[in-house]
Amino acid sequence: MQQLVEELLKGNRRAAARLITLVENDDRRKFELLQAIYPHTGHAYVVGITGAPGAGKSSLVDRLLQVIRAEGLSIGVIAVDPTSPFSDGAILGDRIRMQDHALDREIFIRSMATRGSLGGLSRATKEAIQVLDAFGKDLVLVETVGVGQSEVDIVKTADTTIVVLTPAGGDSVQTLKAGIMEIADLFVVNKADLPGVDRTVTEINMMLDMKNDVPWRPAVIPTVSIRGEGIEKIWSSIKEHRHHLETSGRLAEARLRRVKRELTEQVEYLVKSRFWEEVKEKFFLGEIFEKIARREKDPYSSACELLDSTNFFERKS
Amino acid sequence: MNRRKIRVLVAKPGLDGHDRGARVVARALRDAGMEVIYSGLHQTPEQVVETALQEDVEVVGLSILSGAHMTLVPKIKRLLVENSMNDVLLVVGGIIPEEDAAALIAGGFAGQVFTPGDSLEKICNYISSNFE
Ligand SMILES: Nc1nc2c(ncn2[C@@H]2O[C@H](COP(=O)(O)OP(=O)(O)O)[C@@H](O)[C@H]2O)c(=O)[nH]1
Ligand SMILES: [Mg+2]
Repeated sequence: MQQLVEELLKGNRRAAARLITLVENDDRRKFELLQAIYPHTGHAYVVGITGAPGAGKSSLVDRLLQVIRAEGLSIGVIAVDPTSPFSDGAILGDRIRMQDHALDREIFIRSMATRGSLGGLSRATKEAIQVLDAFGKDLVLVETVGVGQSEVDIVKTADTTIVVLTPAGGDSVQTLKAGIMEIADLFVVNKADLPGVDRTVTEINMMLDMKNDVPWRPAVIPTVSIRGEGIEKIWSSIKEHRHHLETSGRLAEARLRRVKRELTEQVEYLVKSRFWEEVKEKFFLGEIFEKIARREKDPYSSACELLDSTNFFERKS
Repeated sequence: MNRRKIRVLVAKPGLDGHDRGARVVARALRDAGMEVIYSGLHQTPEQVVETALQEDVEVVGLSILSGAHMTLVPKIKRLLVENSMNDVLLVVGGIIPEEDAAALIAGGFAGQVFTPGDSLEKICNYISSNFE
């Protein structure tokens, strides 16, 4: 493990890949690893890209990679696709669009399935970002499918969030879920070669203009990712947003919030897992469930009994 | 809690432009509970191996219909070994004559070779059984 971390810090791609697998599998050495790399994180700027399936996110990432690489930056990509609820398997096809970069040593692409996280951005994704950060990436692009929880989750992790839409046929922007308008730092209307793009752009702009006094007014950028049109504008808007966050102090604030959340989550995770470990050693839980179901016991006093049976909250000092 | 998943790269090296077979296999593997990375058409051996490395897969499945299997498969195996990925299981599917299949397996290049007559179930079972 120590050796894998050393190799990661030296820039060994295989070590990076291995370590991502380790966090993804919730390996029991995971925290040891995350602890070891933590001092080496905090450099990477994280950009989230979300939107409906087929909106063109992967094609946009492909073109963005080209533009950003021209500035000499080193980039990590994490492409998240949903796990099939029927088989627990997944098809991860985002790389199809990114093949031109397969042999660029400064680009590292990893596909991840959502696994247990119910469509949300899994804990493993956040941890994989840490690995790529410690690996030395300047920028990490995270592509997630904008359904369910992930579109909201991405904001908590990304410094800049891009929402990708397409020209809508009928009633368009009005029908967008309320949440999605709130999370974007930047709107991309991709497939601008299709009819209806002007209207979509105007509608988004109108919605944005209804809000005053916002610290940051998202840009709305039409793109044709298959022809590489509008991509430079996306990149300069990302840089402007970053500049805004840095100069206004909002980046530092957001990162502090993130640290707070990470620490809280970690404490809760440890409490939960240690608690159940201990309780399962002492009790046959199945029996307790049965008794509760038969109304011989109730869940409320049983929960207190379980808690009191551990020396969990007794340790003072 | 998450558990370990078999990760498979399904790749199409070489020039032929038909990936229906590869997609059907990819879906079957997904339905068997595996995570399948599909990287599309026209992959060079270098691209296949670099993708396998970054994705840290246990299995690489090559779909080859072009007839170039006797050069592509040994080359990809060699690149895997050069990148210390000796333990990655390499399987091949496609229109491959029996004697070529035998030579690829005997030479240690491929773990198994499947031809259009083989059922999807057989392919899934072969891969799963390697990780029990
Ligand atoms: N007409 C048009 N099609 C596009 C454009 N960008 C992507 N596509 C197509 O939309 C489909 C989905 O693209 P993909 O990047 O995989 O979308 P994702 O699911 O959001 O990652 C593909 O068939 C692309 O070729 C565009 O600008 N115009
Ligand atoms: Mg995609």
